[in-house]
Amino acid sequence: MTDERIVAVTMPKWGLSMRLGKITGWIAAEGDDVSVGDELADIETDKIAGTLEAAGAGTLRRIIARVGEEVPVSGTIALIAPAEVSDDALDAAAREAREVIEAGVPAAGGEPTVETADVGGRKVSYVGAGEDGDVVLLVHGYGGDRNSWLFLQEPLAARHRVYALDLPGHGTSTKDVGDGSVGILADAILGVLDAIGAERAHLVGHSLGGAAAAAATARDPRRISSLTLIAPAGFGPEINAGYLRGFAGAQARRELKPLIGQLFADESLVTRKLIEDLLAYKRLDGASAALHALLGTLLDGDTQRLDSAAAVAAIAGAVPVTVVWGTADRILPAAQAGSVAGAVRHLLDGAGHMPHMERPAEVQAAIEQTIARA
Amino acid sequence: MPRTITFREAINEALAQEMERDESVIIMGEDNAGGEGSPGEMDAWGGVLGVTKGLYHRFPGRVLDTPISESAFIGAAIGAATAGMRPVAELMFVDFMGVCFDQIFNQAAKFRYMFGGKAVTPVVVRTMYGAGLRAAAQHSQCLYSLFTHIPGLKVVVPATPYDAKGLLTQAIRDDDPVMFFEHKALYDMAGPVPEEGYTVPFGEANVVREGGDVTIVTLGRMVHTSLEAAQRLAGEGVQCEVVDLRTTSPLDEDTVLESVEGTGRAVVVDEAHPRCSVAADISALIARQAFGALRAPIEMVTAPHTPVPFSNTLEDLYIPDAQRIVNAVKAVTEWTGD
Repeated sequence: MTDERIVAVTMPKWGLSMRLGKITGWIAAEGDDVSVGDELADIETDKIAGTLEAAGAGTLRRIIARVGEEVPVSGTIALIAPAEVSDDALDAAAREAREVIEAGVPAAGGEPTVETADVGGRKVSYVGAGEDGDVVLLVHGYGGDRNSWLFLQEPLAARHRVYALDLPGHGTSTKDVGDGSVGILADAILGVLDAIGAERAHLVGHSLGGAAAAAATARDPRRISSLTLIAPAGFGPEINAGYLRGFAGAQARRELKPLIGQLFADESLVTRKLIEDLLAYKRLDGASAALHALLGTLLDGDTQRLDSAAAVAAIAGAVPVTVVWGTADRILPAAQAGSVAGAVRHLLDGAGHMPHMERPAEVQAAIEQTIARA
Repeated sequence: MPRTITFREAINEALAQEMERDESVIIMGEDNAGGEGSPGEMDAWGGVLGVTKGLYHRFPGRVLDTPISESAFIGAAIGAATAGMRPVAELMFVDFMGVCFDQIFNQAAKFRYMFGGKAVTPVVVRTMYGAGLRAAAQHSQCLYSLFTHIPGLKVVVPATPYDAKGLLTQAIRDDDPVMFFEHKALYDMAGPVPEEGYTVPFGEANVVREGGDVTIVTLGRMVHTSLEAAQRLAGEGVQCEVVDLRTTSPLDEDTVLESVEGTGRAVVVDEAHPRCSVAADISALIARQAFGALRAPIEMVTAPHTPVPFSNTLEDLYIPDAQRIVNAVKAVTEWTGD
């Protein structure tokens, strides 16, 4: 590409194992003026569907990838340029981009290596990305796993060493969760930091993982450089107990699908593959017992049993704390963000319980700002 | 990502993990040991195609090498199941099943019903099926429809290594007699399989490819042939939804009907003969319960109503291939009512 005023819109890498994405629809049309953050296209991977937002501003001059077409990660799918750029220059850039799409995926597979830490006899799995910078550890929520961070781990890894773990009871970690307490989960977080040799780290925790990250920070505040909590558990009595019990008990696709829809403001993000992956997890020996044990930690009747507020209040002066919450969260209400003492608050208008999947760019910005404050 | 193992290894792993987990799980079958004139412990074959290899030594006394008398050892396995064991019997080729129909059809399948629901018969009969190995008419049939016809039996026809392990684990833990069908041509197929134990429930079909134009309902080896056809058709702009039944009894009617209600067109692909077959049964289900959604007649792609030929050329013609599925899909998408 010769003219530097041309901005290439590229296939994003959503998740460490993603190699191809399929354009399922163009939201923007050729000739549209776009600014940063505008929705450009719907894209589907074998894991999830998402919406690609513009990273640059200008006029959408060329759409290169057609609807239904599979494009390798980082392949150019459209061109944004100001009106001064000639059609000839754009056509030349478009031809180059088409060649890449038609060449398909490079044969070499970039599967990340799954590492394991032994934490008190439990096997805890984690995956790292990134060469330099501070250590960032991503902690998923109830019923999730390290792949919950598929939209964030790779982008954050441009500037940091970013690890995502599977909490005990989840993913490929040991399914036994002992008494199911948050302490067991905090042990896993600190154990992974030991295994990777990180003296200090920035923690990012979602939902139950937020409570676990807060507990780990309270236990050893000197090891934690900053704390970003995304819709964290433990900041008020209200909780969607029906969702949690339903998720723990669901055996079949038909039961699980409507439940998972409640996690997202836009239920169309829930693909069949996402449901299949969750079912495959739930059907592992021990997963159901772990989910039920953790249910006892999360719930007291229909209200929230966990209390993370005191732990965060105790460290708020020493460690930068940020809280991110979607205003359309149907699992934990965004009003609970007010109970996170001393935190910088980002309320994401219209996002559900999964802002890191629904609005990854904004969540990434919040994490970067928190890291910068440390 | 989970590691990748073959269909054969997935079955072996399910057996080993369940034998570790539950000491009432035992294996019975022909050629588990082997080696003429010796007890065969050093060269234990693990069945005729080596599926149970390694288990004979790993679980001493729990892998029983039986005489070539299917009626005897299938009967013994069923008896052991009623007495508290969880036997997994391997009846080499399903073609030989005829000599033990009484034990299966008239005994195992009936106990729960004839003893007031108080009797359980947790036996699994693993067996090989399918054409393509140049093994002629007596070693190549797809006889799952015979067992699907009998109430009281559960019938499982896995298509992938993941499903093979999860469905076999479910079969062993299940309290009812289960017929477990393994296509010989799938044993070397590799796929992702979790190392931990897990189950895939019976009666839940798997939508292995989503598409809005035509529903292809299929099972076992034909899932892969159907996916090949769907891939080719996608290049021509026809989007097929491929439904893998996984189990024919219980049958996930809802997934089949929901898919056909969405596409309005159905092609049923089955390697078995067409008469009184799974393909005929699924076609009847769709015709009866999704008639209003249909925009074209239902097509069936099956083997012909003839024994599997010994001639290589004829055997290749006998087995449904991707081109025949493509033709059937085109017949329903291009149907004009004439």
